[in-house]
Amino acid sequence: MVSDSGLHATYLGPILERHGHAAANLLQILCEAQEYYGYIHPDAVDYLGAMLHLPRSRIEGVATFYSFLHLQPQGEYRVLFSDNITDRMLGSTALMQQMCQQMWVEPGKVSEDGLLSINTTSCSGMCDQGPAMLVNGRAITRLTHQCVQEIGMLIRNRTPLVDWPSDFFVVDDNIRRRGPLLDNKLEPGDSLRTALALGTQNIVGVIQQSCLRGRGGAGFPTGLKWESCRNAQGSEHYVVCNADEGEPGTFKDRVLLASYADLVFEGMTLCALAIGATQGYLYLRGEYRYLLEFLQFVLQRRREQNLLGKNILGQAGFDFDIAIHLGAGAYICGEESALIESLEGKRGIPRNRPPFPVTHGFLQQPTAVDNVETFCQAALAIQMGADNYRAIGTPKSAGSKLISVSGDCPRPGIYEYPFGVSVREVLHDCGAVNTRAVQVSGPSGVCIAEAEFDRRLGFEDLPTAGAFMVFDDSRDLFEVARNFVHFFAHESCGFCTPCRVGTSMLKATMDKIAAGLGTRYDLGEIEHLDHVLQTSSHCGLGRTACNPVLHTLKHFRPAYENRLKSLEFKPAFDLDGALARARQMTGRDDAGAHLKPEGA
Amino acid sequence: MTDTFQLDGAPVPFEPGQTVMQAALAAGRYIPHLCYHPEFKPHGSCKLCTVKVGGRTTASCTMPAEAGLNVESNIEELNALRRTLVQMLFVEGNHFCPSCEASGNCQLQATAYELQMMTPRFNEFYPDRPLDGSHPDILLDYNRCILCELCVRASSEVDGKHVFALAGRGITKHLIVNARSGLLKDTDMALTDKAMQVCPVGVILQKGVGFRVPIGERRYDQRPVSAQALDDAPRQAGVGGGCTACEGTS
Ligand SMILES: Cc1cc2nc3c(=O)[nH]c(=O)nc-3n(C[C@H](O)[C@H](O)[C@H](O)COP(=O)(O)O)c2cc1C
Ligand code: SF4
Ligand code: SF4
Ligand code: FES
Repeated sequence: MVSDSGLHATYLGPILERHGHAAANLLQILCEAQEYYGYIHPDAVDYLGAMLHLPRSRIEGVATFYSFLHLQPQGEYRVLFSDNITDRMLGSTALMQQMCQQMWVEPGKVSEDGLLSINTTSCSGMCDQGPAMLVNGRAITRLTHQCVQEIGMLIRNRTPLVDWPSDFFVVDDNIRRRGPLLDNKLEPGDSLRTALALGTQNIVGVIQQSCLRGRGGAGFPTGLKWESCRNAQGSEHYVVCNADEGEPGTFKDRVLLASYADLVFEGMTLCALAIGATQGYLYLRGEYRYLLEFLQFVLQRRREQNLLGKNILGQAGFDFDIAIHLGAGAYICGEESALIESLEGKRGIPRNRPPFPVTHGFLQQPTAVDNVETFCQAALAIQMGADNYRAIGTPKSAGSKLISVSGDCPRPGIYEYPFGVSVREVLHDCGAVNTRAVQVSGPSGVCIAEAEFDRRLGFEDLPTAGAFMVFDDSRDLFEVARNFVHFFAHESCGFCTPCRVGTSMLKATMDKIAAGLGTRYDLGEIEHLDHVLQTSSHCGLGRTACNPVLHTLKHFRPAYENRLKSLEFKPAFDLDGALARARQMTGRDDAGAHLKPEGA
Repeated sequence: MTDTFQLDGAPVPFEPGQTVMQAALAAGRYIPHLCYHPEFKPHGSCKLCTVKVGGRTTASCTMPAEAGLNVESNIEELNALRRTLVQMLFVEGNHFCPSCEASGNCQLQATAYELQMMTPRFNEFYPDRPLDGSHPDILLDYNRCILCELCVRASSEVDGKHVFALAGRGITKHLIVNARSGLLKDTDMALTDKAMQVCPVGVILQKGVGFRVPIGERRYDQRPVSAQALDDAPRQAGVGGGCTACEGTS
């Protein structure tokens, strides 16, 4: 026991040191601690509890909240197949089956020799180059049968991940259409210099006049947010960049981080200048862990360029730095208040609001949380000037928007359009034909059918965080909705009753219909559940969890009705089957020991 | 002069810092609730207390009272919603009321009666949940846990012990105790703890006293929960302390 905890002290000591022995860094500490054994050893939990003065139940509470953290031994190689509908449409289900057979493991279990485990994970943000998987956290894209077979061999030979063919790990940007943002010629520091010339006091005003709205989905006016945050009382102000990008079908923030990192950090620094913050955080989803070293490198370079650190660009008192925090597989941490809880090293549970993060955010201090793209757009708006910026897009949706296109089309990838572009135009540009439906803004967004393809992306009509999943006429929209329903059930944080229980009920109902046991009664129950979830859920996840079903029911009702039994009610289980055990115990199998067949 | 808001058409006075729930209970007005407890800071997870304010629904236990609010609570639409939420809690766990020591003292059962719940309506989940009889004085029956977090709050805020915590996510969320073995006997839980008194259902039970009070003569057998809750609530403003141990409170 003593020697054991000594063993754990050797690797945990430096980790704790790096994180200042702060309980607020618990999640970061756990992520790093796990790298030693592939799971967090019980001795490590004891040791961390003692060192951080936390009850071990709290540590277990945090560790069990995040999909990528484990308290039980895992395989040496942990394979996770991305399970978005777009991965499935590209054949991920068959590939996973193939791998399970090849390696003799059951999905979700660790192989007997402890070599590997194979499971699914929520959308890994590689929809334009799927099917994708994560191996020990590293993304591998464009999986084929051959490639999966190769991966199996590498695992069987216990080849260390660093020795795997490097082309496995290539992630492409797939930028298909550029606009003012992706075409910008800004050098690091340009818009900060412009901002300093404008005068610190005027930044918020320019952002307000530019009519910039948040790109994370809700479209909140960014200038107003920064102004409220600046005016809020607090001992510190914080800037937080939301790079959790968990909405299935969205991957534009990944491209911005990979190829426009300077612009992201520049926008954050601008915000810091505007609101008076000295510390910023980038909350990076665990799936994008592979970008961490690169992003750290960019931060370091910016420090050396005097674009971060003390007296930035020679401006006395302009001090700001950015730290990167990793997520660990929890979609709910994209919700801004859950994100802040997670930043504080806790379970990612959305807070009660009010108060809002702008007044009581990180460590209860005023905090501006914005999406990755929002920060880039802010830097661009400052550079272009409010009038020029506002001239792009539509009256209520200024500027351009990055759209993540995936699904049934020959040219998936990133498209930048001025707001106001029609769905039909995007479909045309990505080469989609025979399109049956488009899921705009991910599972929590809307599913639209052909009659609506002239609708326009923007806050006036179809607000979007950027996902644009295309389904052609070979697709079954019921299965699309079912995939999304499973996603919500898996990602519900479990805090509130309606969402915790309701998303699981919805999943069971969709599975029942899929199994051919559904009835009209079940469709009615879905509508009832929707009402309950919409009216009483604690956060946006629960409130939108029924959307995929309601929207597909509206447009593609036959996809459901074809599966229904004509009965008004049918139980989800087999009544006669339920008696099998009783028959076995009593040694009976006569007619009287069976339920009468229907209609008899 | 204190400010007032309207609750179902009648005025409710409140003091600054009170939530709609606290002010209503103090004024002798019942709003159904499960995770709210007058001695603790509200955290708003069960959603039974959902009310309508200006057409929008919100949890009344966490909503700050404001002068002039027009709050609707006792209307069929909301009671139907609450009935569904209670049904959800019933099917999520394993509640066999006739054999439960808490029957008659159980707030979930009493609230179901209050809301005239007649059937579970939904398919039972029948989760596989353990029973922990390891502690000499205390039995834990996790089957009945509704995840209200009151024991978590009581143990950390009042007892200063952190015996309980929540683990897992979504439908797999569950209560754990602060011991490597996962057993209550290896925690510092004691009969005198506040955490012994707050469970609204029948998870945390004292051993050796089962069924001492016959069913039929218990707390909610005598008075419905709507009357009992008013007696339990302080008739004056009181906002419980903060808790850093539980979810959603910060
Ligand atoms: C369940 C849920 C998930 C969310 N996920 C994200 C996300 O991954 N990225 C993001 O930027 N915003 C996400 N949001 C929105 C954030 O709460 C917040 O509105 C946004 O970060 C604000 O930034 P913006 O004003 O720049 O859009 C999510 C919201 C909800 C309810
Ligand atoms: S709605 Fe769902 S995700 Fe949001 S707080 Fe409730 S359980 Fe958590
Ligand atoms: S044990 Fe009782 S008090 Fe604790 S969370 Fe469960 S239901 Fe609530
Ligand atoms: S009593 Fe308000 S949410 Fe539980």
